[in-house]
Amino acid sequence: MSNNTKPKNKSRRRFFLKAGLGTMGVLALGTYVFRNPMRRKIYELSETLVPPYNGSGTEANLWFEMTKENKLIFHSPKVEMGQGTFTGFAQIVADELDLNINQIIVKAAETDTGIIDGMSTGGSLSIASMYQPIREMAATMREKIKLEAAKKLSIDASSIKTADGVLTAEGKIMTYAEALAEVTDWSLPDTPELRPFSSYKYIGKPIPRTDLKAKIVGEPIFGMDAEMPDMLHAAVIRPEHVGSSLKSADTSVAEKMPGVVKVVQMDGWIGIIAESFPQALAAKNKVKVEWDIPTVWTEQSLRDYLKIGEGDKMITQKSGAELEEGGDGVIDLEFTSPIGAHAQIEPNGAVAHYKDGKVTVKLSTQVIGITQKQVAEALNIDTENVNIIGTYLGGGFGRRLDTNHAAHAALMSKEVGKPVKYFFTRKEEFQNDMFRPPTHHIIRGKVDNNGQLEALEHHYASGDVAINAALFPPVAGTVLGTDVGAMRGGNIMYKNLPNYRAVQWHRTLPFATSFWRSLGLLANTFAIESFIDEMALKAGKNPVEYRLAMLGDDENQQRIRKVIEECASKANYNDKVSGNKAMGFAASIDAGSPCAQVVEVSIIDNEIKVEKVTCVMDCGLAVNPDQVRAQCEGSIIMGISAAVHEKMTIKDGRLFPIIYGPYDMALMRNSPKEIDVHLIQGVDVPLPVGEPPLGPIGAAIGNAIRRITGKRLTDLPMTLA
Amino acid sequence: MKITFNINGKSQSVDVDEHTPLLWVVRDVLNLKGTKFGCGKAACGACTLHVDGEAVRSCSYPIKFAEGKEVTTIEGLGEGDNLHPVQQAWMEEIVPQCGYCQPGFMMATAALLEKIPNPTDEDIDNNIVNICRCATYYRMRKAIHRAAEIKGTNS
Repeated sequence: MSNNTKPKNKSRRRFFLKAGLGTMGVLALGTYVFRNPMRRKIYELSETLVPPYNGSGTEANLWFEMTKENKLIFHSPKVEMGQGTFTGFAQIVADELDLNINQIIVKAAETDTGIIDGMSTGGSLSIASMYQPIREMAATMREKIKLEAAKKLSIDASSIKTADGVLTAEGKIMTYAEALAEVTDWSLPDTPELRPFSSYKYIGKPIPRTDLKAKIVGEPIFGMDAEMPDMLHAAVIRPEHVGSSLKSADTSVAEKMPGVVKVVQMDGWIGIIAESFPQALAAKNKVKVEWDIPTVWTEQSLRDYLKIGEGDKMITQKSGAELEEGGDGVIDLEFTSPIGAHAQIEPNGAVAHYKDGKVTVKLSTQVIGITQKQVAEALNIDTENVNIIGTYLGGGFGRRLDTNHAAHAALMSKEVGKPVKYFFTRKEEFQNDMFRPPTHHIIRGKVDNNGQLEALEHHYASGDVAINAALFPPVAGTVLGTDVGAMRGGNIMYKNLPNYRAVQWHRTLPFATSFWRSLGLLANTFAIESFIDEMALKAGKNPVEYRLAMLGDDENQQRIRKVIEECASKANYNDKVSGNKAMGFAASIDAGSPCAQVVEVSIIDNEIKVEKVTCVMDCGLAVNPDQVRAQCEGSIIMGISAAVHEKMTIKDGRLFPIIYGPYDMALMRNSPKEIDVHLIQGVDVPLPVGEPPLGPIGAAIGNAIRRITGKRLTDLPMTLA
Repeated sequence: MKITFNINGKSQSVDVDEHTPLLWVVRDVLNLKGTKFGCGKAACGACTLHVDGEAVRSCSYPIKFAEGKEVTTIEGLGEGDNLHPVQQAWMEEIVPQCGYCQPGFMMATAALLEKIPNPTDEDIDNNIVNICRCATYYRMRKAIHRAAEIKGTNS
């Protein structure tokens, strides 16, 4: 901790070891060369493990900064994109450091301070992975402050009490800021025993978001709001056709447009730099570009390219015997999901300033560290000469796990010698997204004499999610063999089944696909849970009981069981159709957090309307139950949007639509008026929250529709017309 | 072209191309960043502000039409330090997640309540058609009803 200066004498103490496991359980390079059964073990582990923080900074005094006004700045290695992480961090810090929450300012750390996450802000892991380390660091800092106060007041540290940023002992009083003034020796005491949960004032309480007011009054906190003195504005031209490249461009007219400073032709893109954004945009429209388009992709050619049986095959789960395709009593159902766009409202962009071989970039990103490397590489300078300053994000949803456009801003700044700000137009967002890949699924099952499944297999094909992502080393895909992102929710969670397996087919598509909130979970759960529902119907059984019969007895299975039972009970689930209304049930487990949902659906004039959703999730300890609920509500509606509205298509080699509206998304009128969320604390540590509730929603809706209409809808988005 | 209008109660003159969208004048010339760019085609509502009390999607509203008019942005929605009833309700219901689209929604709601002081769910569905990717619609609906209540009590 410092009074606005960097600590000179860094402690050697390490608060937590850098972990071998990174996001989503991908082992750090150099430690995994396993045969297939071992790989499967890794995949299974990755479904339940919450990897610890894997960042750069292990020095507690780099995380905290005390201002003269006795406010504490917490330099967060994670960014805030709406998920409430900053609020959760403030709560955790406040309770072990004895501060009032209003005394804490959480800021995204910049690369210059060194405290950034080595991986990302993603995977629903921010609170889950940081809960323990932040408590330990805050508690250690508290002891350090007491020691410094004891020296200054010439009293025994053990007699000091701390509350609201103030130390008191033997009638004496001192603020934290006073205690830390002029401290130069930043060696730290041992981490004390953490306090019992029952003593916490903030952790576990539904306090309002700490960024609430700023967001209500419209403060300029986002990447799009960032400015630098004397900056210029730019627009960029990128390929519109999938797989196309820049052949030639005539920029002569654009260069003479009002306000235009410079037009630059770079590697695969063109930058138009002007005094204002409208001027840059107007000039962009005057650039004549010719593209090289080697293959014109269509929806059909894409479907033929991405399907089960094509590409790399990997068994991600195996127990018992394999079903024979077309064998006696073997039932197959086929499912698909479309290309999905992130469609976050704040476009991607960056403001960058290149000066004397150094670059500063401000932007909305989920990967501060990776962006630093990308900028350094593009400008051929050392990473230490690149400072990335993360802002609040106007939505992340996985889109900002690769923000390579920061490098474009930096390159343009170098060209004109001034700061340059640029961002994607909405058309560019839709055509140059790193999409949720389309998927193809075959669920294969066989039932016993009672109609219960005795074998269940999930065969699924997907484009890249984790493979080829900037987040992972290029060889990770080759070594692991499986796309661990596409695998999310792909394995069978019912372990009492005598035979089950999951088989992944992977292919890299001609356009970028990557992480979309919940990754494979959305489509995989849609397929598996729809099939199970169909089998329960065929057997004439209650779908809840049908599922419970497939669950085993270990701790994880018990947690799933409890969530399913609780959800059916809270929703008063029944399997009956009432006119044009019915309930639908589905469940899933993602990253260790089981979730079950009951939806109440009505159908009027072929319109699918979700009236009410009951959601039960066991995400362990909820640091802020209100924000956990908010994540469930948002995930549910985003899931409704994906399940019955959203779809990107590829037509004549281009991705469509290119604007909201035609890219149909759930709006206010499509959102349920009732969302009833119940949280179960099955374990006493926080588990992932932001993605698991996206699992059940699609299948739950499909299962309700099946009851009302008799139709089993197997393609997302589901439509009845 | 010189254009004069009132913004959040103060007179303001700008010299820009007459076709420049009001959004960019507000954001980049007047440096009021609360009004957001989302799509540039009046399709998402992130740029919603008021022109003479009407909700307007400012990304597609040429500045020349603002001449002599009263423009209100999120920064001017409340009175001084007092939050507008819509903002108060948004606070109470803890609506925002990422927060980026929220000023647009609050401006759209404030304009709605001037026309329909006690909107039904159907009124809300028909009139509040902005896009929120965090999908905070469930809390927004509650906040809109709450804002109507606060506003009714105040007046």
